[in-house]
Amino acid sequence: MSTIPLQHESLAATWRLPSRGRIGMASLIVAESAIFTIFVVAYIYYMGRDVSGPKPHDVLEVPVFGTICLLSSSFFIWLAEHAIAHGNMRSFRIWWAITFLLGAIFLGTTAQEWHKLITVDHLTVSTNLFGTTYYSLVGLHATHVAVGLILLLTVLLFALAGKVQTRHSERVQVLALYWHFVDAVWVVVFTLVYLVSR
Amino acid sequence: MDAPSTPIPSGIEGALDVTPQTRPRATYLEVLHDWIVTVDHKKIGLLYIGFALIFMVVAGLEAMAIRIQLAVPHNSFLDARSYNRMFTMHGTTMVFLVGMPILFGFGNYLVPLMIGARDMAFPRLNAFSFWVSAFAGIFLYFSFIGGLGLAGAGTAPDIAWFAYAPLTERPFSPGHNVDYWALALLASGIGSIGTAINILATVFCMRCPGMTLSRIPLLAWIYATVSFLVLVAVSPLTAAQVMLLIDRYLGGHFFDTQAGGSAILWAHFFWIFGHPEVYVLVLPAFGFANEIIPVFSRKAIFGYPAMVAATVGIAFISLGVWAHHMFTIGMTSFGNTFFTLSTMLVSIPTGIKTFNWLATMWGGKLRFATPMLFSVGFLFQWVIAGLTGIMLSVSPWNWQLHNSYFVVAHFHYVLVGAILFMIFAAFYYWYPKMTGRMLSERLGKWHFWLMIVGFHLTFDVMHIPGLLGMPRQIYTYEPDRGWTLLNQIVTFGAVIQAVAMAIFVYNLVHSYFAGKAAGPDPWDAWTLEWSTPSPPPAYNFPVDPVVASRRPLWDLKHPEDPDSAFE
Ligand SMILES: [Cu+2]
Repeated sequence: MSTIPLQHESLAATWRLPSRGRIGMASLIVAESAIFTIFVVAYIYYMGRDVSGPKPHDVLEVPVFGTICLLSSSFFIWLAEHAIAHGNMRSFRIWWAITFLLGAIFLGTTAQEWHKLITVDHLTVSTNLFGTTYYSLVGLHATHVAVGLILLLTVLLFALAGKVQTRHSERVQVLALYWHFVDAVWVVVFTLVYLVSR
Repeated sequence: MDAPSTPIPSGIEGALDVTPQTRPRATYLEVLHDWIVTVDHKKIGLLYIGFALIFMVVAGLEAMAIRIQLAVPHNSFLDARSYNRMFTMHGTTMVFLVGMPILFGFGNYLVPLMIGARDMAFPRLNAFSFWVSAFAGIFLYFSFIGGLGLAGAGTAPDIAWFAYAPLTERPFSPGHNVDYWALALLASGIGSIGTAINILATVFCMRCPGMTLSRIPLLAWIYATVSFLVLVAVSPLTAAQVMLLIDRYLGGHFFDTQAGGSAILWAHFFWIFGHPEVYVLVLPAFGFANEIIPVFSRKAIFGYPAMVAATVGIAFISLGVWAHHMFTIGMTSFGNTFFTLSTMLVSIPTGIKTFNWLATMWGGKLRFATPMLFSVGFLFQWVIAGLTGIMLSVSPWNWQLHNSYFVVAHFHYVLVGAILFMIFAAFYYWYPKMTGRMLSERLGKWHFWLMIVGFHLTFDVMHIPGLLGMPRQIYTYEPDRGWTLLNQIVTFGAVIQAVAMAIFVYNLVHSYFAGKAAGPDPWDAWTLEWSTPSPPPAYNFPVDPVVASRRPLWDLKHPEDPDSAFE
């Protein structure tokens, strides 16, 4: 019944659109950035306003090792992106596995840090404003790392089963975009929590 | 003013779709199953709209309860507590369960059709977003019966729609009412963010060949902008709800003033969401006007690029004005000046839009069918709402009138006078496309005129008790205040609006079975959705359309004088 006749076939052949995966992920990143901004603002607003201890300076240690792991994982996922784009599946699997491991180590160091804070320093969410804002901000980021790790692991398992191929390169890049975002957020959180407020 | 339903222009017939339009009859169970598992953007759009209409009736009844209570001084129709619940639920429902879903519903239905796509970018995400929002609505209303509700008067939230801290903290709201509110809004926020991501990806990545960003209908531009606003404005609310829940369930202190937490921070977070939210709701109304006014003026929209720029401009300015809701909380004189000026700045792009609509109508062949009637009503009322908005943006004036009925009248002028009127216009305009039947013009005229009378009786008059000092959210008042007659007029207007609403709902149902057949293009319009049958088949377009101008159907109908020759 109804269609516009194809009068401009030459146009249809050259018609290019951006990838919806990338636009979708970019939109998600915008939304997530807004959420993190609110938590960061709350952290800054309440810095030093506590009526009781412990204070950040007394209990926090700079997590150098975890930070190096997480930030370098961005480099390895970039190598993996490169590998899959060039059909080099063996090195893709290796770089991807390293990325996953580095992320997992980071999450492990956070768990260790929290364990120490809770058992040794008796700092919990309800202790004081520092506890509330610290656990929410770092916890929000850790949640994102955990989600990212689940996604990385899923791809890793499929890759080991030989199901991931060069034609999935774009999807892998979309996922990597999320991982880069999680790393970038850590730069902000790390600077604020461990350098500025401490 | 005769009925304009004659047309169906030639040129649309005889195209390529030979797919049979009839299917074997399905059982009720099959139909139900089909609607529940659907990922078709049109069905999901209709689900959104139906869901929103049900809640519109519910929240309308809550508004009626409020108006009955205020009709006479010392009324005992509602007690103070139930009254608090009524206005909280009325506001929350109208914003989150009526406004956003109905606009997302139209967006879902129209955006892919208008840009020549077969579906949204992420159909499954689309279904997920809808069902999460639907869950939020049902969950919020479960508060009336859930928890301790059945034994007493229910645990419905009674904290006003902005839920100021520290009232929402455990010591002051020990039951589950705040939890219902926070969790429902959290869920609805996730649904909204999902839909926003989807609409953005659809507009940028699903356009048919030739549909460049400078050719997409203005409605698509507007939905993309709204989606961006949802991403940056609804997310802060989501974050604030998480903080509130951390306070309530984990003993956190974000908004706990006894432990150094700040009640003002909540106000900031809420209004960082709350003000852009107004534009999330009003921009789609502008989008409907952008499509309807040209078709009923028989002219192309005036100033397309200016309209796009104004839309994006409104979105950006609206992110920097939130504290005009907080003048009475107390700010520095710099803060007062900044937020007064930034708020006034909004009137520039909105003014551009208003003048462009007028310029579109200027010298046009106006057809006052019901969609156009509602659009003209919208234009007048939007200007008045904007003017009281500028008055309220002046901080000294605001100190005087904050939290009075003047403010209530102002924002209802926007929400009802502008947004709801354009939603009605959209229903009369696109209902034929969605169902294949015309809505009754006769009932439509009744609906419009009753709505105009009722609206102005209620909301024009409501400004006056505000000026006389009547605060909002009070459940009763003394007879010697001189507010009684005014409140009675307001309530009387509300009754007329309720009658108009009943006519509208009757029209929706009756016309579905007995309305005139619409045909593919009852309004002789120019955008792609009118090139499909009514209702469109699941795949929308059998072959990808290819367009060469902003008005592809004009080109098709007027090959001797196509728009594409002038681009
Ligand atoms: Cu505002």
